[in-house]
Amino acid sequence: MSAVGFIYPQLCFSNNAIISTFPGTASMLSGVAAAAKAKGYKDYHVLGIAGDGGTADIGLQALSGAIDRRDKIIYICYDNEAYMNTGIQKSSLTPFGAKTTTTPPGKNIRGTLTVKKNMFEIIAAHNIDYAATASIGYVQDLINKIQKASLVDGPSYIHVFAPCPTGWGIKTDETFEIAKEVVDSGLWYLAEYENGEFTLNRNPREFTPVENYLKKQSRFRHLLEEDIIEITEARDRKWERMRRQWNKN
Amino acid sequence: MNRPPVRKYIKPKHISDYPVGPSFSAGYLTSDNSGWRTLRPVIDNDSCTGCLKCYLCCPEGVIYPKEGKIDIDYDFCKGCGICSKICRNKVIKMEKEKK
Repeated sequence: MSAVGFIYPQLCFSNNAIISTFPGTASMLSGVAAAAKAKGYKDYHVLGIAGDGGTADIGLQALSGAIDRRDKIIYICYDNEAYMNTGIQKSSLTPFGAKTTTTPPGKNIRGTLTVKKNMFEIIAAHNIDYAATASIGYVQDLINKIQKASLVDGPSYIHVFAPCPTGWGIKTDETFEIAKEVVDSGLWYLAEYENGEFTLNRNPREFTPVENYLKKQSRFRHLLEEDIIEITEARDRKWERMRRQWNKN
Repeated sequence: MNRPPVRKYIKPKHISDYPVGPSFSAGYLTSDNSGWRTLRPVIDNDSCTGCLKCYLCCPEGVIYPKEGKIDIDYDFCKGCGICSKICRNKVIKMEKEKK
């Protein structure tokens, strides 16, 4: 668990919890799961929470290994689209165009040049027992998915979209609405992977304008018309493929 | 309220008072944590319908149901204002902290 901090001996959880190394959330979970099994425990869940950098960048190897071993763990990626705790550095889940301290917009570039890594499908490609995407703007959907993950006898992965007021340049009371709008505008999606099949949980007939979502956040304020067109086209390509290949419910 | 009680932290005096490893018993709180709150959510419980949306959305988990209505644990509320913003009936107002 690298997304939660505490001052020893204080800990906000009522359950036993450990702070792992930054890239080692998944390998620590593997160890805890092995220990629980060796102890003969029956009624337990091993759950870890790590950020987008700790999951998609430096923790990817550990996570891939844990899924490969089919350890019975629940891995939650808390995706706020940059290394926020260390000072807003770009991660591989930072979207195209976003301003971070390591991708500042200036005369030559306009923020992040790369696109958001497709982490959900990378995890699904392991043929994992259960994987899902969620957003804190759709709380019930998130709760349902955690419930589902808790019933899986093997590894499960939930990728949760969660805004960061400081890093995104939004007010603290706007996080919920931004997290809802990102799904409604099609820049994030709610989906599941189980039994080798992808399912879109939410398939909006019409998207809300991408521009409205972007312009509410100061990290995107420098974007030009052509950047917004590029982001919109990338969104449409992605949705065209998802709608064609994935189940819908 | 469903959180561990705040206990006084007693500084270890002897090596035997320290735990064996870097782990410690769960739910060990030694101080409250709301010092940076500048705005305070105040609920008008007479108008509250008890829909519990704020309970679901509070990122700090400090809103909890109480007798069909809601209550706030001000010892840990950071005053982000999400509850006030998402409340359909607008019965939670953000007031300036007086401290």
